[in-house]
Amino acid sequence: MPFLMPDLGPVMPELVMTVLALFILMADLVIKRKETVALLSIAGTAGVVMLLPGALGTTFNGMVLSDGYSMFFKFIFLLNVILTVLISIKYLSIERVNFGEYYALILFSTIGMMLMASAGDLIVLYLGLELMALSTYVLAGFIRYDIRSNEASLKYFLLGAFASGFLLYGISLIYGLTGTTDIRMIAGYLGRGGFSGNPMLIISMVFFAVAFSFKIAAVPFHMWAPDAYEGAPTSVTAFMSVGPKAAGFAVLGRVFLTAFGSMQADWSIILIPIAILTMGVGNIVALSQTNIKRMLAYSSIAHAGYALLGIIAGTQDGVASVMLYMLVYAFMNIGAFGVIIMLRSENFKGDNISDFEGLAKNHPLAAALMLIFMFSLTGIPPTAGFMGKFYLFMSAINAGYLGVVIIAVIFSAISAYFYLRIVMLMYMKEPKGEIVLSTSPALGLALAITLIFVLFIGVAPSIFLDLAKAAAATF
Amino acid sequence: MSMLPQLFFGYFAFAIIVLSLLVITRKNPVHSVMWMLLLFFHIASMYLFLNAEFIAAIQVIVYAGAILVLFLFVVLLLNLKEELESARFVGSWPAAVLISGGIFVGLAASMLSVSLGPKGNFTVDLIQRVTHTKVLGQILYTEYLFPFEIASLVLLIAVVGAIVLAKKRMRSH
Repeated sequence: MPFLMPDLGPVMPELVMTVLALFILMADLVIKRKETVALLSIAGTAGVVMLLPGALGTTFNGMVLSDGYSMFFKFIFLLNVILTVLISIKYLSIERVNFGEYYALILFSTIGMMLMASAGDLIVLYLGLELMALSTYVLAGFIRYDIRSNEASLKYFLLGAFASGFLLYGISLIYGLTGTTDIRMIAGYLGRGGFSGNPMLIISMVFFAVAFSFKIAAVPFHMWAPDAYEGAPTSVTAFMSVGPKAAGFAVLGRVFLTAFGSMQADWSIILIPIAILTMGVGNIVALSQTNIKRMLAYSSIAHAGYALLGIIAGTQDGVASVMLYMLVYAFMNIGAFGVIIMLRSENFKGDNISDFEGLAKNHPLAAALMLIFMFSLTGIPPTAGFMGKFYLFMSAINAGYLGVVIIAVIFSAISAYFYLRIVMLMYMKEPKGEIVLSTSPALGLALAITLIFVLFIGVAPSIFLDLAKAAAATF
Repeated sequence: MSMLPQLFFGYFAFAIIVLSLLVITRKNPVHSVMWMLLLFFHIASMYLFLNAEFIAAIQVIVYAGAILVLFLFVVLLLNLKEELESARFVGSWPAAVLISGGIFVGLAASMLSVSLGPKGNFTVDLIQRVTHTKVLGQILYTEYLFPFEIASLVLLIAVVGAIVLAKKRMRSH
């Protein structure tokens, strides 16, 4: 078997990212100021963003499909890195876990996500998923002296391993059925017809749906999310509520719309109940939370339910709206976590919802930012959250899923209660005590970026929507 | 003569199921680990039976040799007396039995209508001629080079993660 040097162009962003992550790991040994390590990570990641447009194509025998679809998702992942690192710098020193490995782990996790997004083979997809997940398990337990951080890490790890088992079982069944693990070859084989209602294929699709539902925290596979989100360091919660979720949607779209593209009638029956349950449980359980990280965990579950509508629609518009929604979600969710991180100071946890009481009196700017992010998460115009939801629901209606969209709108209205309750507490209550905000230039920059984009996409969504549509067209 | 492979397969498949059940139902963790050792040897034999001698060797060296020793270390750190008194299963075990039973019935039913996909280049004949180890080595470093390299990153993360979670310094300054 002759070995031909594969074209490395399409994997250049991943390669550079790997070199960067290894460099950060090494640099941590000699650089004593961890802020410098953080800045190096940001600069390197920004450089990788520049490489994205030039790295299109297929390589390694079709194992890497670097198309517009994966490029858009990779942009979300890299953005997630930059924003997360910006909100982490001050926070890590407050939590006294200012270690350089944190940044390396974030970069490695992101490499895993990037590999998932452009995976053309189920083996690459699985390995990318493991790389992402293993790094995130460690990050969740990064505050070693905090028992809740340990718990978060362990729960995430155990249930993640369980999900990996499902994924591998699904892959092995599909391999037996089609004789290949190449996503496009599976699509070609299944596309020849005669597989509708094939019990083994349906079981395989159920296993894939279960495994990906774990990653995007969809009900009934969401049990890990509230504990993991609450216990993990807040910056890691922000990171894992955006990155792994977007990566989960990237592979969900790739596997279900490409590999199982001809089986849509079969798998939409699996995904629709998951979507409805996810929106229902996420939004209703969020109502009774007292911890804001836990509340945002349930909110994150609910948002996965909305985004599933775009996959269920199965159209190009549906895919584009999922991509846009993941981008919007990255901005508004990291923005909200950025405000929560500001409340954390040396002797104050600041992660209870009651801590927000009267925030507007003493810190009007922080309260105003939180107000905008909460509006966006609710989906109130003129914020990005509204536009994201609007295009998702439109694509599902156009694909003929009016009933599901009506349910989604009802749950979306319910969600207004717990998001706007925070706004009410901030503006209508008297402050209980003096709250010192831990601000830093980096955190300020992250909040400025998220604020600008939340408002900008809310007012002029067409730029990013057109980008998402163009990206979805290459898919 | 033609019955022999089926007999072998039947024995190993049956033994693997019984041993797995023994592993999860024993109260004493040391017994569980010992049954697991036997289970790993049976799995290795199954691989050998399928002409996969390299995987069989790895199964014995890595799983039986390395991972099981690690398990034993962990078990020895437990308080065995306390462990023996606690209930083996949590209260919701009937639900687990129901779900896994359901999956079993579904899989078993789907086996009846299974249609295997097209066969690849690596026939039993070819593998017996070239040997499994050589074939695996060749394909791993050519066609599957990319996933192979990702696996090395996964291992690196395991090392970094272990150091991060277990090193001496808990807090930075």
